[in-house]
Amino acid sequence: MMSERETERELLLPGDEIEETGVKPGEGTFKKNGKIYAAKLGVKTVRDGYVNVAAQSGRYDPSEGDKVIGTVTDIDPSYWTVDVNAPFPAVLHVNDVPWRVDYGDTSSYIEVGDALLLRITDVDEQNKMQISIDEEGLRKLEGGQIIEIAPSQVPRIIGRGGSMISMLKKYTGCKIFVGQNGRIWIDGDLEGQYLVIKAIEMIEENAQALGLTDAVENFLKEETGKEFDD
Amino acid sequence: MGSNKDIDLIEDGKRLDGRDFDELREISIDAGVLKRADGSAYLEWGKNKIMAAVYGPREMHPRHAQETTKAVVRARYNMAAFSVPDRKRPGPDRRSTEISKLVSEALEKVVFTENYPRSVIDVFIEVLQASAGTRCGGLTAASVALADAGIPMSDMVASCASGKIEGEVVLDLGKNEDNYGQADVPVGYIPRSDELCLLQMDGNLTQEEYEKAMEMSIDACKDIHEIQRGALRERYSTELQEEEITKASEGVE
Repeated sequence: MMSERETERELLLPGDEIEETGVKPGEGTFKKNGKIYAAKLGVKTVRDGYVNVAAQSGRYDPSEGDKVIGTVTDIDPSYWTVDVNAPFPAVLHVNDVPWRVDYGDTSSYIEVGDALLLRITDVDEQNKMQISIDEEGLRKLEGGQIIEIAPSQVPRIIGRGGSMISMLKKYTGCKIFVGQNGRIWIDGDLEGQYLVIKAIEMIEENAQALGLTDAVENFLKEETGKEFDD
Repeated sequence: MGSNKDIDLIEDGKRLDGRDFDELREISIDAGVLKRADGSAYLEWGKNKIMAAVYGPREMHPRHAQETTKAVVRARYNMAAFSVPDRKRPGPDRRSTEISKLVSEALEKVVFTENYPRSVIDVFIEVLQASAGTRCGGLTAASVALADAGIPMSDMVASCASGKIEGEVVLDLGKNEDNYGQADVPVGYIPRSDELCLLQMDGNLTQEEYEKAMEMSIDACKDIHEIQRGALRERYSTELQEEEITKASEGVE
């Protein structure tokens, strides 16, 4: 994890020239007349000889390996159509579920409206996605509720090394999963769910504030009356 | 272009609102003003007030309008009923349909549409208050909204008009100058590649006048481009201070 972190943060705007030598244009960049430019608003990162621009805003851009939360929008005899908040719906084929599903029997396993915890296994250049639920930890989500935040805010909700999210769980006793696509599943008693949502709103509004983790912790302490000694 | 000899548009070498011939009206842009949109911008340009919102890329409906190899940039320019002195009859009309089309085409020039086949990028431009130059203002605001939406593009389009009043070539026509002047030339400019993506002309100019007008517009567009960039910097630079990228795909549960 440490090696993936870059040291300086430089905000780039579309069309900005990236003055970096000996690197190849990566994600969020383009090359013209031998020069590399930023293709979108974001932060410059250099990794494995590629210079990338990590988006700071906008829609969820699906990439292979992401864990996301999807909702089923349509059923076919051999696959389900799932909305994962991406520009396009994804297809969940019967081969990618942990059950043996006979042709035409899809609706007895997953129904329209069900929420699923999925992994994106492939994205092709046509933006067509393959998703899978056949893996340890992936499943149909039952109970609880799902809220949506901007996908660019996901790292803040999780916090440094997962600090924010584990704190939320510790104080509220809720089960929480944050999908890379900006959907958050929360399950637990109503009081706890309410607190988690309040805290997430707080994080969203004050995303850039210094000492945010402490502010959220104080809020949770006050609301729950719980104390934890680290 | 009506010309009216009764109205003086230039007095003592200055224009009616006290501007020099090559002076822009005051422009301010705010990025990211709408929470529900993927990207947005609010622009004030003189007395113009324009809101732009971007949604997408998202699935194109109706399906038959999808392009199999690229995204469609679909802009909609709309004037509010209260945007002009006499009430504007709501709904699309000849003029707004034209502007929607030309803004769509101007933005399509800079957006990397090939990244999102079969999808659509919706751009909504709402003119809340109009006072000459709304197509340029709309295009300028829409570019900022697109960048705010994180849409991949080669540059932001800056747009500005120039024209002719009382035989003088001037920049950024105001309302009276537009109504009673002799020519109006809106320009959309892509600074990075030094290209045009919008050029229209209403009225007549000689070649010399045209060249002078273009030079003025392009210089102004470069200034406008800086204002656009400033708006985005202001919106995003503070957010970078304490941000941290952690991959949730490691399985946080």
